[in-house]
Amino acid sequence: MRARPPTFQKFRDVQAELERSGAAIFRSPDGNESLVIRYPYSIQYIHSYAEDSPFFLGLAEGRLRGSRCTKKSCGFVFGTPRGHCMVCGSATEWIDLPTRGRLHSWTTCHFGSEAFLKETPYNLGLVEFDGVGSLLLVRVKDAVESDLYVGMPVEARFDPNPKYSVTDVWFVPAR
Amino acid sequence: MPARAKPAPRRRATPGPRPPKPATKGRNVYMVTGGLTKFAKAHPSMDFRLMVKRAYDYALKGIPNLTADRIDGTRISYFSDHFSRQLKAASMVQDYLGMNPKGSVRIEWGGATGGECFQAAYEAVASGRMDVCLAAGYETMSRVATWKGNEFIALASDTNFDFPLGGFYTGYYALMVVRHIYEYLRRSRFAHVKDEREAQRLAIKEGCRIMSMVSVKNHRNALHNPYAQYPKRLTVDDVLKSEMISYPLTREQICTMSDGAAVTVLCDEARAREFTDRPIRITGVGCGTDTMRLADRPFGTVPLLAHEKASDYADLPYPGVHSFRAGRAAGREAYRMAGITDPNRELDFIELHDAYASSEIQTYEDLGLCRYGEGYSFVERGDPFLKGIDYGFPTPKAGAIPVNPSGGLIACGHPVGATGLMQAVFAFWQLQGTVGQHFGDRTLQLAGAKRGAIHSHAGTGSSVTVSILERGYR
Repeated sequence: MRARPPTFQKFRDVQAELERSGAAIFRSPDGNESLVIRYPYSIQYIHSYAEDSPFFLGLAEGRLRGSRCTKKSCGFVFGTPRGHCMVCGSATEWIDLPTRGRLHSWTTCHFGSEAFLKETPYNLGLVEFDGVGSLLLVRVKDAVESDLYVGMPVEARFDPNPKYSVTDVWFVPAR
Repeated sequence: MPARAKPAPRRRATPGPRPPKPATKGRNVYMVTGGLTKFAKAHPSMDFRLMVKRAYDYALKGIPNLTADRIDGTRISYFSDHFSRQLKAASMVQDYLGMNPKGSVRIEWGGATGGECFQAAYEAVASGRMDVCLAAGYETMSRVATWKGNEFIALASDTNFDFPLGGFYTGYYALMVVRHIYEYLRRSRFAHVKDEREAQRLAIKEGCRIMSMVSVKNHRNALHNPYAQYPKRLTVDDVLKSEMISYPLTREQICTMSDGAAVTVLCDEARAREFTDRPIRITGVGCGTDTMRLADRPFGTVPLLAHEKASDYADLPYPGVHSFRAGRAAGREAYRMAGITDPNRELDFIELHDAYASSEIQTYEDLGLCRYGEGYSFVERGDPFLKGIDYGFPTPKAGAIPVNPSGGLIACGHPVGATGLMQAVFAFWQLQGTVGQHFGDRTLQLAGAKRGAIHSHAGTGSSVTVSILERGYR
């Protein structure tokens, strides 16, 4: 027979006990006792980039690709590609984006979701390009918080060992 | 003044304002009661079914004629299956409340899940499909550690282009407020500063100071709200010095993860009069949307509210990433339906989705409480503060239009599927004049409040609901 798990009145202590033994009892102020357990939850997920695939394949070749609406009277140019035009609904075609742009906005993240905590602090930037109607969200490297400002010229760098993720491209302050 | 950095070509990416629509409102809909649990970091002694049951029992208590058999069906909301780790959890709520075999459907709409649930119940009654509809919502976010919870929430951003960069909503809101500050503080108060980087730093510092006043307000109000998770007396300095999460947003400017539940009961006019002599009528509902990715937001023109002129915003690219077009669209629809032409004068208060102190300020402008660009001075003047409460700094116009008298998400917590319904319950008590009875403290009761709005907001502003509640009795 297994011994009864230890009892705590603070949720924080319950969490600590779960780390240790995987089971704890929470006693609420009214005296109710609740058994709390912990179990792992992890999966390998199959993700298709589908119609966005050429963007990610492009990054692996050192190309930054956007898309342009094929309807003559529209012709909207997207900095983050999309298969169909947001404005008129027509199909888009792939184009090469400029590899230099400006920061439309930026931040430095001192936290992130669990998967990214080890990378903190990191910078995010929304990049605007000449002749392009929408923006691209990227990591900004080789710069610290105090270097960054709206309008800052930046240029693309590509990962020589691509992981087929949007993080295969990042921007740095333009030389 | 520096050259204005802007993407080119600045072409209009959205159709202009929608034409006024005919008033096809269906039947009049009333809220007759509401209830909620205290919002807390964790409620390990209650699962989601019991939390909803507690809120439901509270709501039905005190209305003798409103028994379970009078309810025709339900709308049940929770945001994330990841947090619940129980698919079809809404069926288990329906089951636990003893509502089978009545009609029910689960509502999910990101952060606006609760607000959308309220409107789904409204539609069930307005259409005549039901006479009495229960809207119930909950979230149990304590099931995972905070940073894993952030990961779950960030899955509500594009998983091809946005999530892999950090998976972090606070980062997205920081990007938005940096641009908001650039548009509205850098280019006005600091227009005289020649050095561009220095001007931007000064503007951000000023923006942070003012955002902190919003955080002080909401935490301070919540000291009188027993349902709130984090009531606190803070100074602007305390907020500024709390941990930096994503520059320039600090910990005290951001709402937290919570466990909690809330319910409301909506019904048609005949039942409303039968159940209570103080029904609250829902006179307007609105919902708006925007692109999932911030990067796709257009640079078009402002859809105007009745009291605004195109010349007010002649040179303003809209919404860009600085404003919430979805909030503006939701407000326009709800105001039009309720016949509101100047929200600042015609609303007595707003329960507003302040997931971030920054988004509260951005939303003042979207909802037309002040003009675009005036959000910061609106705070400094004191308009959204309560009269008679000492916040530790001057609030000369306090009481003009109190925003988040309850303490909002920042202080009450944000158990997502319950949040929008929590706002409805607080607004309902405000309008009935029963805050003192339910809170055991009359401080937050606004004298003579007759009409209020609730505002529920999802994603980076990808969907927003606004509902208008008014006293339905004399």
